[in-house]
Formats: sequence, structure tokens, C-alpha cells
Amino acid sequence: MALKLLDGSEAIVEAAILAGARMYAGYPMSPATELVENMARKMPESGGVCINAATEIEGINIAMGAAATGFRAATGSCGQGLALMQEAIAEAALNETPIVIFNMARNQQDYFQATRGGGWGDYRTITLSPKDIYEAVEHAQLAFHLADKYRVPVIFLGDNLLARTQMGVEVEKIDFGPLPEKDWQLDGTSGGTGNSRQIWTFGGGKANNPGPGPDGHWRRIAEKFDMIAGCEARHEEVFMDDAEVAVIAFGTGGRFVEYVVRELRQEGVKVGMFRPITLWPFPGEALEQATEDCRQVLVFELNAGQMIDDVRLNVADRKKVSAIGGVSFDESGLNLGPLMDARVIRERILTAMEGVA
Amino acid sequence: MSFVETTRPPSAEATKIADFKPSLLQTEEHHLCPGCGESVAIRLVLEVIEELGLAQKNVCVIGHGCYGSFVQIMDVDCTLCLHGRAPAVSTGIKRMRPEVAVWTLQGDGDMTSEGLAEILHATARGEDITCILVNNGVFGDTGGQMTASTVVGQRTKNTLDGRDPDYHGYPIVIGDMVASMQGSAYVARGSVHNAASIAKTKRLIRTGFERQLERQGLSLVEILTMCPTGWFVPTADGADYLMESLGKTYPLGVIKDITKQAEPAD
Ligand SMILES: Cc1ncc(C[n+]2csc(CCOP(=O)(O)OP(=O)(O)O)c2C)c(N)n1
Ligand code: SF4
Ligand SMILES: [Mg+2]
Repeated sequence: MALKLLDGSEAIVEAAILAGARMYAGYPMSPATELVENMARKMPESGGVCINAATEIEGINIAMGAAATGFRAATGSCGQGLALMQEAIAEAALNETPIVIFNMARNQQDYFQATRGGGWGDYRTITLSPKDIYEAVEHAQLAFHLADKYRVPVIFLGDNLLARTQMGVEVEKIDFGPLPEKDWQLDGTSGGTGNSRQIWTFGGGKANNPGPGPDGHWRRIAEKFDMIAGCEARHEEVFMDDAEVAVIAFGTGGRFVEYVVRELRQEGVKVGMFRPITLWPFPGEALEQATEDCRQVLVFELNAGQMIDDVRLNVADRKKVSAIGGVSFDESGLNLGPLMDARVIRERILTAMEGVA
Repeated sequence: MSFVETTRPPSAEATKIADFKPSLLQTEEHHLCPGCGESVAIRLVLEVIEELGLAQKNVCVIGHGCYGSFVQIMDVDCTLCLHGRAPAVSTGIKRMRPEVAVWTLQGDGDMTSEGLAEILHATARGEDITCILVNNGVFGDTGGQMTASTVVGQRTKNTLDGRDPDYHGYPIVIGDMVASMQGSAYVARGSVHNAASIAKTKRLIRTGFERQLERQGLSLVEILTMCPTGWFVPTADGADYLMESLGKTYPLGVIKDITKQAEPAD
């Protein structure tokens, strides 16, 4: 099959539609703007709907309504827009509405926002962090699959490099296996039957068929997230088998680090890379094992230090852990900065290694 | 199931309304206060849905307010969404399932305070949904505080000497706003303070749903409801108080009907 030259945003939109997305309700914000532009063009062609929402709050609530009917639905923006969506992301987790939220971030400063969240209640959000456009095409489909599998909101955390780089890609449908039937979907057909359906955060159920109530409902949700934490963590290792120094990085940062690590290996430097693919659930156990014999664990991220908390929580000896990243923007404040550069990353790794025997 | 027929004069002897419950309620037990107008308004909507043959062809999106407890007893597919966002959630539902009648159940706090943007933008887009607004001029659920729809002079827990326009500003007349927009098909205001108004309001609700079925755009049916608890008046005074306070700022009647406007004007 021939490769198509696509912007990352276009490829992601094609993948989402291929995955069966029927509703996208978004609001422009750089670098997520191209997502809503492409959705507006491509959704109607495939029988779906794209709504130019009035606000990010309205957008995510429209997506939740669409998803409540059983169709696949998504919204998207970047950090500030996702900040406005927090109440709804928590609500989707607690009332079990499967939606996908694309965060085409300006930087890597939304790690805490994605993995901790700012909504209320005991919830978590599965967060997929692709390293390049090929993986983005996979994740754009996987996100909908996981959302449906667990009836949860899933965050796709990309960035401006993914959104705006052009690449020759083949967008093919991926089969992730069977899914449970949506016997909860609001299709309007159950009224007057005595068994009408309900989607409600408090889990109250109906007079005829009482639900577990808030306490029981929220315990069950918490157990569900524990279960997801136990089985959905994904990561990638490069040269970790005999690495003396591990570099931990996520998203496109991981792609850059991988390049540097391969280069250093050719020069005989025993360095490896560990890349969380799911930021939540964080692949903590795998990280603990992979870094057991390392003398140094270096964390590269373009922020003031967010993922490093999860690294310290999981590496057996947290004294080995140090940061080699930092806040780094270009002059516009909208894009990744000069730190996202193989030469700079190489320098930082080598400097960190100096003097640590 | 028998209904009080409201489209023509009664042919049989009058039935006492309290003697039957709409079939779309799983139980007649509810948790609203004695003298509350909301249960009457909701009952009318459920009767209309059944009469129009929409029992198995409708989804309700409920906001946050006292009426929210009906999420447990209405026998229709429903979701209780975030405060204020019902028109947005309804948009998502209707766009995916255009064959289903989608309606919101919101209070004045839900629609005009927290959710003003959502109702206006759903109207602007001309969404084919029916929004039911139960307007009592207060946040009843949280104990009787001022909403955007509280009328001038009205006493609430945070306008103790009455709403003072110089200090608290003026009420938002949402019906007029929605009616002024191109995307609305039908806007009407009824009340449940006496039997005649209840019967009239049922007709307004019915027309609201009919405009949705005709795909004419958004319909808003505002229903003035008693909230003796949130107003701090004796239960029996609720109906009179409603007309003396809210009734003056929010006159009853059809504010807009796109079908009628389309008729030649000679
Ligand atoms: C985001 C958010 N803010 C505040 C509340 C608290 N709250 C619940 S019901 C309610 C009042 C609703 O008033 P209204 O819609 O007029 O309904 P009523 O109780 O008067 O019927 C408020 C403020 C909430 N549930 N969610
Ligand atoms: S507080 Fe007011 S709106 Fe709420 S149930 Fe009581 S009377 Fe009805
Ligand atoms: Mg109210």
C-alpha cells in the first residue's frame, strides 16, 4: 500500500475516523487547531459530525452526549483548553462515559494535568503518549478501544511536533480485539418498559432497579481503575538489558532520546532508554526492574519536573534519580524549545554522567 | 392509561388529577416539598411524551436542581449531566440519534446562571431539542439563594432585603433572549399555579415537542413553578406569591412560534 504524505494532525484525524469516531466537538487552540480543522473537513465525509463548539466546556459535554448514545466521540485542545474540561473528564470517569480527549500540547507541561487531573472524586485517566506519527496513528485508534473497553475517558497526549510534522504514513485500521456490548447506551427505546436506562455519576439507579448508590458506585469505579493500573501499563525499552545509565523520557522527547542513546551506544557508552507509553497507568514495576542495575537514572522532560515524581516513586533507590530536562519554549511560547535537540540531550546525558562512577 | 384531554373541552366528567400517575413514572413517591411546582411540571411533560407516542423514542437530559431527583423515578432513558450543560449533552445525543426526541429538564439556576452559554449556543445552532425550564427564581436545591432569574425585590438567602438592581443587577429573561435568536422555533412560558394554567402549560409543552419532531429548531418551554421552601413563604401561599413576584417579570404566553410566523400576514 502506498504511503500518504500527511501532517500529523491529518493522520490522527484519519485514524480516529477509521476507528469509528462519529462526533468531534472542538475549539481551536494552537497546536490543536489543525485537529478541529481536519475533523470539520473529514467527519461529514464519513457520516460523522464535527461541531465547532462555543467553548471547550461545551465541546466535551457535546462529546459526552454523543458517547452516551453508544457512538464513538472525542474532543480536543491543548493544556488551557483541557483545564476547562476537567470537571467533565472527572464526570465521564465517574458516570462511565467513554470519550477520547486529544491534547495536542504545546510542551510537556501537561503531565500532571493528564496523570493527576483537576477534576473531583476518585478517578484516573488512561493517558497515551505517542513518540511519533506512526505511534500516534495507533494510539488514536487504541484510545477509542480502551475507552470502550473500560467505559472511561482516555487522553491522547501529543504535541506540536506530532501535530505539524509531515510524514509518509499508511493509516490502517487496527483490530484490538472484541469489546463488551454497549447495553447501557441511551438510544431512547427503553422508556415505559420499566427498565429504562440511566447514566448518572451517583449510581442511584431507578425505583424499579436501584443502583449501588454513591458509596458502592464509587468503590466499584475505584476498583476498576486499580484493575486498569494492573494490566494496561505500556512502555518501551531501548538497550536497557545492560544499561549502566537509564534515560527516562516520554512522547516525542522519547523519540529524541532514543536517537541519542543509539548514537552513544555506537560509541560504547552503556546507556539505555526507558519510555513510558502510558503515562497513567505509569509502568512503575517495569521501570523498577529495568533500572535495578543502573547506577544513574536520568529524567528528560520539557518541564520543571513532573514525570520525575513517578520515576522517584518507582525506582528502588531514588537517590539515583536526577533531572536533565527543564522548561523549554520557543519565543512564541507556543512550541517546544531548544532543549528538544539531539545535541543538547547528548550533552546533558554526558555531563550528568561525569563524576558519577 | 387515561389522560386529561387538553386539546378540546372535556367530554366526560372531570377526573381528579391526583388520582392517577403518568405511566412514565415508576412510582408516585418523590422527594420534592409539599407545594412544589416542579413535580406538576414534570408530570405534564411525561404525559405529553406518552400522548405523542414518544415513550420509547425519547432521551431526557437532566440538570442539577431539585427536579434532578426525578432521574430515579422517570421511566425514560436519561442522564443527569453536569450543572448547566444539558443543552450541550443533548446536542451530542440528538446529532447521533436524530430519530429520538431529546429534551432537557433544567431549573433557572441551571439554565440561566451556570448554563447560559450552553442554552444560547444550542439555540444559535438551531438544535432540534426541547428545553424544559422550571423557573422558580431561586436555587431551590441549595436552600433558596439568588439566581440570574431572581426578580427585582425578591428575597432570597443572599438577597435578604430583596434583589436590588443597583447592587445585584437585573434578572435575565431567558425566554426573550432565546426567542430573539434565529435558531429557536418555539418559545413559550406557562405556569402551574392553578388548574387552568396547568392545562394551558401542557399544550405549550406539546407544541414544543411538536416543533422538535418537525425539525424546526430549538424549542424552549419555560414553566413558572412554586418553591415555597426556597421563598420562605407558607406552602399555601406559593401560588399567589408566584404570580405576584415572578409572574410580573415573566408574563405567560407564547413568545415565539416559527410555524405561525411563516403564515402569510394578511
Ligand atoms: C458545578 C456545580 N456548581 C454548583 C452545584 C450546586 N447546585 C446543585 S443544585 C443547584 C441549584 C439549582 O438551581 P435550579 O436549577 O434553579 O433548580 P431548583 O433547585 O431551583 O429546582 C446548585 C447551585 C452543582 N451541583 N454543580
Ligand atoms: S426547595 Fe423548592 S424547588 Fe426544591 S423541592 Fe422544595 S419547593 Fe420544590
Ligand atoms: Mg430554581
